Amino acid sequence: MDLAELLEIAEKERRRKKPIEIHCCVAASCVSSNSQSVKDKLSELLSNTDLKDRVEVVGVGCMGLCSKGPLLRNSVTNEFYCHVNLDNVSEVLKDIQGQKARIEKLKIDDPFYRKQMHIVLENSGKIDPESIESYIAEGGYLTLYQVLHEMTPQEVIDEITKSGLRGRGGAGYPTGLKWSLVAKSQAEKKFVVCNADEGDPGAFMDRSVLESDPHKILEGMIIAAYAVGAQQGYIYIRGEYPLAISRLQNAIKQARKYGLLGTQIFESNFDFKIDIRIGAGAFVCGEETALMQSIEGKRGTPYPRPPYPAEYGLWGYPTLINNVETFANVVPIIRNGSEWFSKIGTEKSKGTKVFALAGKVKKTGLIEVPMGITLREIVEEIGGGVPDGGKIKAVQTGGPSGGCIPASKLDTPVDYESLISLGSMMGSGGMIVMDDKTNMVEVARFFMEFSKDESCGKCIPCRAGTYEIHNILTKIIEREATQDDFEKLKLLCQVVKDTSLCGLGQSAPNPVLSTIMNFEEEYTSLLKKDT
Amino acid sequence: MDKIKFATVWFGGCSGCHMSFLDLDEWLIELAQKVDVVYSPFVDIKHYPDEVDLCLIEGAVANEEHLEQLYDIRKKTKILVSFGDCALNGNVTALRNLHGEPDKTLELSYKSLATLNNIPNFDYKKIARLIKKVKPLHEIVKIDYFLPGCPPDAKRIKYFLEKLINKENPVLEGELLKNG
Amino acid sequence: MSVKTFSIDGQIISAKEGQTILEAARDAGIFIPTLCHFTGLTNVGACRLCVVEIGNSPKLQPACTTKVIEGMEVKVNTERLKEYRKLILELLFAERNHQCSVCVANGNCELQNLAIKLGIDHVRFEFRYQNYPVDISHELFGIDHNRCILCTRCVRVCDEIEGAHTWDVAFRGANAIVITDMNQPWGESESCTSCGKCVLVCPTGALFKRGVSVAELQKDKSHLEFLIQAKVKKQWIR
Repeated sequence: MDLAELLEIAEKERRRKKPIEIHCCVAASCVSSNSQSVKDKLSELLSNTDLKDRVEVVGVGCMGLCSKGPLLRNSVTNEFYCHVNLDNVSEVLKDIQGQKARIEKLKIDDPFYRKQMHIVLENSGKIDPESIESYIAEGGYLTLYQVLHEMTPQEVIDEITKSGLRGRGGAGYPTGLKWSLVAKSQAEKKFVVCNADEGDPGAFMDRSVLESDPHKILEGMIIAAYAVGAQQGYIYIRGEYPLAISRLQNAIKQARKYGLLGTQIFESNFDFKIDIRIGAGAFVCGEETALMQSIEGKRGTPYPRPPYPAEYGLWGYPTLINNVETFANVVPIIRNGSEWFSKIGTEKSKGTKVFALAGKVKKTGLIEVPMGITLREIVEEIGGGVPDGGKIKAVQTGGPSGGCIPASKLDTPVDYESLISLGSMMGSGGMIVMDDKTNMVEVARFFMEFSKDESCGKCIPCRAGTYEIHNILTKIIEREATQDDFEKLKLLCQVVKDTSLCGLGQSAPNPVLSTIMNFEEEYTSLLKKDT
Repeated sequence: MDKIKFATVWFGGCSGCHMSFLDLDEWLIELAQKVDVVYSPFVDIKHYPDEVDLCLIEGAVANEEHLEQLYDIRKKTKILVSFGDCALNGNVTALRNLHGEPDKTLELSYKSLATLNNIPNFDYKKIARLIKKVKPLHEIVKIDYFLPGCPPDAKRIKYFLEKLINKENPVLEGELLKNG
Repeated sequence: MSVKTFSIDGQIISAKEGQTILEAARDAGIFIPTLCHFTGLTNVGACRLCVVEIGNSPKLQPACTTKVIEGMEVKVNTERLKEYRKLILELLFAERNHQCSVCVANGNCELQNLAIKLGIDHVRFEFRYQNYPVDISHELFGIDHNRCILCTRCVRVCDEIEGAHTWDVAFRGANAIVITDMNQPWGESESCTSCGKCVLVCPTGALFKRGVSVAELQKDKSHLEFLIQAKVKKQWIR
């Protein structure tokens, strides 16, 4: 494959397209509400009309507003059709034909979309995730060509560093720094790993990206591999994501066929392969050292760092591990330049962040917002506020590793540092809105139950500590706990946080600590007097 | 100086701690100068009196009588000591917890693992019903001091009592501390 | 080989390059509690009892896996660490059934000794009283999971010294247990060489020689130390 061939594929794909496309979401959320049959039915209806030469139904990735799914979009008017099912899909046809149609429609300037900014999701909901040509037609793999032929590895790393991109897996480590550490490590082999072991309850950001735009991740990984000098890549993805796995497998096959993976990519001297490793669903395997153990075929348990994977990773070789969303930012940054990217967001948190917005808001789904946006804008404007006139009590971010931010702090900007200062964290992007009927002790116990079950059992504080924390929380909820127990709970949380081996244990007490910090009276009101 | 009102209590344990107490031998005479034994398996007093200064409890809480008594003792006692392993961690008495409900324990002890093959017909009106789970004392009431050991040997008991009688804080370290 | 100078609780210590804080501290006669560490086996940093404070960093690091850096200021005995260690040990005692009085290792147990050393007179957590199995299918040895603290010394000695890798860990979190081969009875294990090293390294009464009674289990580690020295230092001296 050379540049001319790439451009030719893009051109051919653009010519092939029909003037009007009806995009039908075929990502997991809409698929689970039967969007695949809706798509087939609409195609069938169309084929019997004279529109068939001008209109095509195309399966695309996630369009974000999952609570209105199955979602369809008219590519010309940019209007969405909501809650389309086999009964009302004929109304969509009527609308295309210009007739009066009885179907809920949503405009692209709806508040849900207005405040969003799509970088990671730029192709999501626009291209066919099963087709490499569809990706190439949107400029896909052009950046890779430029990187391989016009940039040195150091220049790529410099661009990433200057962009200010930080790891989107949750901890927010500067991506450029990580890349340069791996690049500096001297070794005969290096690896690039994409962490797609998204395990937080309620989070589906990485899943949607992989289901909607798999080639973008591949392209990001290939660029990263070129920058750090790796020859082999792995995508570690959990087995619970069969659709994402099959789209990735398909994408890798297509990329290999076009010579975008394998030897002498774009006729350069650069070779790179990507293989998929499927996890068995242990949450701890999202922790990078446990993830590497799992890729090596061992029991997925973490080990102490240092040494960091950048110097001693897979099979002892330097390894770059980044999250799906981090890799998804690579192509836009290189394509548009680090300066463009670094203008988005706040001083220390650049770019955008994808969140899975869920819980007690009117509109739930996948959103991408610039860093620095306030939680209030997300919850009230994008999410449309609490349904049925309820009041917001708290916003939970960071899943089982994060915490609950009280409604009084909703004007906090979303960035890594601000969320940590409120006892929560950015995390990978789960965001759950809670209304005033929510019992915060129950919330803490829910997440602790998760952490307790997902602890690998290697280190004592996490294995036994999460169990005891859960136990005390249960006692509190059953009004069996005393002030002594409450003090013990606080001490225990501190010990588990400070002494656990890996991030799972270190962050497991956060939901408890943050709810104690912000809603202490909910705990104390449940305590019984000492006997 | 008034004598200290001293009590010892025997819950779910083998009485080994009390036997060990008797190993204090001639020091018991010295002890008798300083304390009044107001309640103990060693003396014939039926009711636990009010305003006891110091009480050692041997054994874990295994039945409803223990439970009721423990609450009562706590109310009436200044310094309460968990005396021996059963009192402070359940020890052998609590091994029955591994088998679940008390009935299961009775089944194992008197039938499936015994040669008698007959569960005695307990008259629960005369003896106390077993509680669901044997518990150490401090899981039920506040305990002021802990004296581990199975049993704690006389040397440790002596150190402990000397300190408490002199209103000092016993600090258990090294050999004075040992479990088991 | 260069020498690294650093301090532990204000005391100046010299360490060989590449030494861990734990090794240097032990050479200097400074006590840091450990349970999963065993000299000659890979350190896994699992028990967290050896965590120490370094400089002003709020993050605690395990002494067994952290290498000495020139000039680092290590604190191993702060009130915070003492409290944390006690609590971690108490968690272990509450987790499984460690009734010392009826244990083969009573009086000869690293867990029990450490509890004494750290001054634990009672456990603040409710005991769980879960019934774990005892496997005495092996003709020479037995394992009582009620006493196991999951230090994984048996797993490592079997893999790294004996080379059999009979032992491993199965299941997750509170359900984790050590297993032989593919979680079959020890006596049916085909990889086990019956060498007994796992019994020697076990810090508690979990792994024992069959036929010993309460408090009778003596673990003579000298043979094992000879083997480890031979393997690690290539010195065959008794």
